[in-house]
Amino acid sequence: MDCFSLTGNQPVLRAESLEIWRGGLCLFSELNFELHPGQVALVTGANGSGKTTLLRVLAGLTTPTAGAATWAGTAIQRVEAPDRRKVTYQGHLDGLKKDLTVEENLDFYRAFWNSLEPMDYLLEQLRLSDCRDRQVRYLSAGQRRRVALGCMRIKPAQLWLLDEPLTNLDRKGSLLVADWLAQHAAAGGLAVVATHQREHLIQSASIEIEL
Amino acid sequence: MNAFVLILQRDLRLAFRRWSEIATPLMFFIIVASLFPLASSPEASQLRESGSAVLWMSALLSSLLALDGLFRADAEDGSMEQLILSPAPLSLIVLAKILAHWAVSGAPLLLFAPLLAISFYLPAEALPTLIIALALATPTLSVLAAIGAALTVTLRGGGAIIGLLVLPLTGPVLIFGTQATEMAINGESALGPLYLLAALAVFAISVGPMAASAAIRVAME
Amino acid sequence: MGLVRWFHQLASPPYVYRLAGQLAPWFAVTAGLLLLTGAYGGLVLAPEDYLQGDGFRIIYVHVPSAYLSMLAYMIMATSAAVGFVWRIKMAHGLAVSAAPLGASFTLLALVTGGIWGKPMWGTYWQWADARLMSELLLLFLFAGYMVLRASFDDREKADRVSAILAVVGVINIPIIHYSVEWWSTLHQGPTIAKLDQPSITMDMLTPLLVMILGFTIFFAWLLCKRLQGEILSRESHARWVEQLLEGTTR
Repeated sequence: MDCFSLTGNQPVLRAESLEIWRGGLCLFSELNFELHPGQVALVTGANGSGKTTLLRVLAGLTTPTAGAATWAGTAIQRVEAPDRRKVTYQGHLDGLKKDLTVEENLDFYRAFWNSLEPMDYLLEQLRLSDCRDRQVRYLSAGQRRRVALGCMRIKPAQLWLLDEPLTNLDRKGSLLVADWLAQHAAAGGLAVVATHQREHLIQSASIEIEL
Repeated sequence: MNAFVLILQRDLRLAFRRWSEIATPLMFFIIVASLFPLASSPEASQLRESGSAVLWMSALLSSLLALDGLFRADAEDGSMEQLILSPAPLSLIVLAKILAHWAVSGAPLLLFAPLLAISFYLPAEALPTLIIALALATPTLSVLAAIGAALTVTLRGGGAIIGLLVLPLTGPVLIFGTQATEMAINGESALGPLYLLAALAVFAISVGPMAASAAIRVAME
Repeated sequence: MGLVRWFHQLASPPYVYRLAGQLAPWFAVTAGLLLLTGAYGGLVLAPEDYLQGDGFRIIYVHVPSAYLSMLAYMIMATSAAVGFVWRIKMAHGLAVSAAPLGASFTLLALVTGGIWGKPMWGTYWQWADARLMSELLLLFLFAGYMVLRASFDDREKADRVSAILAVVGVINIPIIHYSVEWWSTLHQGPTIAKLDQPSITMDMLTPLLVMILGFTIFFAWLLCKRLQGEILSRESHARWVEQLLEGTTR
């Protein structure tokens, strides 16, 4: 887990006066925070409080109603290609192709993001070595989530944006995620994690954002 | 370029795993064209006169049908978000998807259209022109249908509305395609309309994916 | 500097609402005068056409409607594009207001075109006429825009997605127009299939220009009215709207 130097500015995630409206309702406004390398932010809140929307804004998928999110000094949506590699987003949905096998899914993302992540070790950590040749459609929800996390992990990124990564995971799986977060932070990475299950991840968290 | 090839490979692999997705548009084309003699008359003169028009309309409709789900599957399983966020330009990715889709649903038309043409008593001399015209027209139709699919990716009953949005835009392709076929049937050189079809195809391929990717980004906001 | 400030103000709903309200009466009066003058000039003053008799007079409605249908689409596509690029809600509001107006003018052009053609063709509709065919396709483009808008629950998403459709349409319009022209020349029967423009003389042309201008300003008036309605609908929760409705009606 290397720390990459970016083209230009400091790799800091900054949110300034973020405001989000959804369906005519203001979810939150005047949200400010700063995340530095080595820090993990936990986003907690009730259902519908805007955790997913916040992560989507930070990923650049949605535009905030007001305010701005910047990554290394550039507004998220204007981040150029090389820097965009440094951000990885894992949403609610798995992002997996059901008709492809576990290995094919992972291989695709590995090639797509030019990653050098060792496949066998990853499969071992995810406890998926036995089902590497099974089509994703035949896996359980927990197994699919693990494959999705594997795809996330494959991308050599500095900023992790994870939306409910522990959904459907068993205890071992949750411990693995907590482990990965700790390693990532120790290596100088940043992470913003939205979760209901703060107990599992609170150890690695440096900041808590409650919506 | 790498992203283009990867997406192309993946989509082709997926298409072959779900053979029904390849077969359906083609079968639709054949069925619609085959219903034509039932709707008018099986007499040679009648078929010969309207045969080319029917082939083109069937090809048009089946192209539209085929691309309905082009982006929906990706949008529904979350892959689309990853593609939007990738450093590779989304329009390049879209082009790869369109190409993969054309290869499995548009290209087979080129095989079956001549067979149907013969069954409609169209002269054999017209067949090469028909194939070339379809080969030039189907990419444009695919791009237009992809734009429609991108605009409606998050909508429920997407299929019919794509028709409403995209069919008026296919007018020129239809005009030049049928004209080329007619000219070939009459023994004239169809170079004029064929060149126009080629020009439309080049234009569509260069500009269309950008419109489609803009639409996807907006729809997935 | 003043011009720049004015542009910024154009993004403000209450400002545009008031502006539309102020301009509307002027448009109404001017349009009324022009239309009356043009109609009198065209129906009474202009001489009979040597070929078509009095039948040609329908062009005083047909030509302006056709012209306006195109203008409306241009306005719709341009303001939708502006709204998309610079995220200005008012621009989208203008596009939304222009669409049904454009569709109506297109329909009017089609109907008057049919009325014009009846003496010549024997039917109210002639597929081979390039202009009618282009107008028909334009009607479908308007319909597509309006249907796409209506399919989205989120108004902002509806705005942005249909803006892309509008721009794709506007790029295609010249292509469609010329291909349909070409197609119709290929299929001209020996009888006069297309709407033949009578040889225009000055006393026929002047009322036509007046009518075109009158129709345009009429369209501007309609646009102001619709835009006001659209603004109220979009801003229905805003304070300035509540105050407006409490106070005297404008």
